[in-house]
Amino acid sequence: MKIKQCQGAKIEIDMTPMIDICFQLLTFFVFILSFEGADQDARIMLPASELAKPPEKPEETPITLQVTKDGHILAGGQEFPTPESAKSLLNAEKTVLEQRGKSVADANIIIRAHKDAKTGDVQKLIKTAQEVQFVRFSLRAKDKE
Amino acid sequence: MALKIKKGAEPAVAIDMTPMIDIVFQLLSFFIFTLKITTQEGDFNITMPLAAPRAGTPDPNQVPPIKIRLKATTDGSCGGIILNPNDDGTGGTAFGTNGWKQLRTHIASMVGTGSQAASAEVTIDADYNLDYENVIKCITHVSGEKDAAGHITKMVEKIKFAPPRPPGG
Repeated sequence: MKIKQCQGAKIEIDMTPMIDICFQLLTFFVFILSFEGADQDARIMLPASELAKPPEKPEETPITLQVTKDGHILAGGQEFPTPESAKSLLNAEKTVLEQRGKSVADANIIIRAHKDAKTGDVQKLIKTAQEVQFVRFSLRAKDKE
Repeated sequence: MALKIKKGAEPAVAIDMTPMIDIVFQLLSFFIFTLKITTQEGDFNITMPLAAPRAGTPDPNQVPPIKIRLKATTDGSCGGIILNPNDDGTGGTAFGTNGWKQLRTHIASMVGTGSQAASAEVTIDADYNLDYENVIKCITHVSGEKDAAGHITKMVEKIKFAPPRPPGG
């Protein structure tokens, strides 16, 4: 038996709605893209607090130091085995601040410590920073809600 | 002599949309895969002056400095909260290991929420191996309270740490 192959009619699909939706999605993702979390490390699980609210205006000269569960310090893309060993980095930060005509008193050290990190390690880190003349510190926590 | 320009019918130019759609899909895929959903983060400000303040005549309108001792168990969890203990570690008002709310109530009764609260200062003296989340809990309960409507009542704003204790101490 012969089956005739009939020529199918050429169907044109209107792509306009799909392109519209794609552009809308693209715009949405571009707008919500944030580089604020660039210095965050997956090893750090912040403690939660109901009063932890983001600052109203961004800090002018923030220096972020992260403390892992085992007491390692992560800062400036480097890892330091103890809080005391981060002093070299803090000295370098101080030099950069002074070159920019700013004082270490203007700088704010943001401490992102793991919720199970030892309090003593965080205190040692603060003490190390104090030895380099830093006086302003912020302890970071995540919003409980 | 007038020059006549013939208006010819313009041929319909079909624009190939395929490369544009390809690029849009690639960008879209990139943004979807790099999207990181994170919770909001906030800060508690603490000031650690380099020099100890000079001892002088205390201001009668000012709340005396408050000290909170946080003890740790061997596994790092909170082993006790003591408000204003003596220098030898004895005395003070002890709260249970989870007595954060009682601590808040007690601090609120000491400092109130007015100008005295703004001048009040709390020093946290914690064991070395205490889990850091307990310190944040302590700071949270000392620095204010959030009601059901989300309104925050501020209490103590000046928070600092006592010198670190030796490990295991």
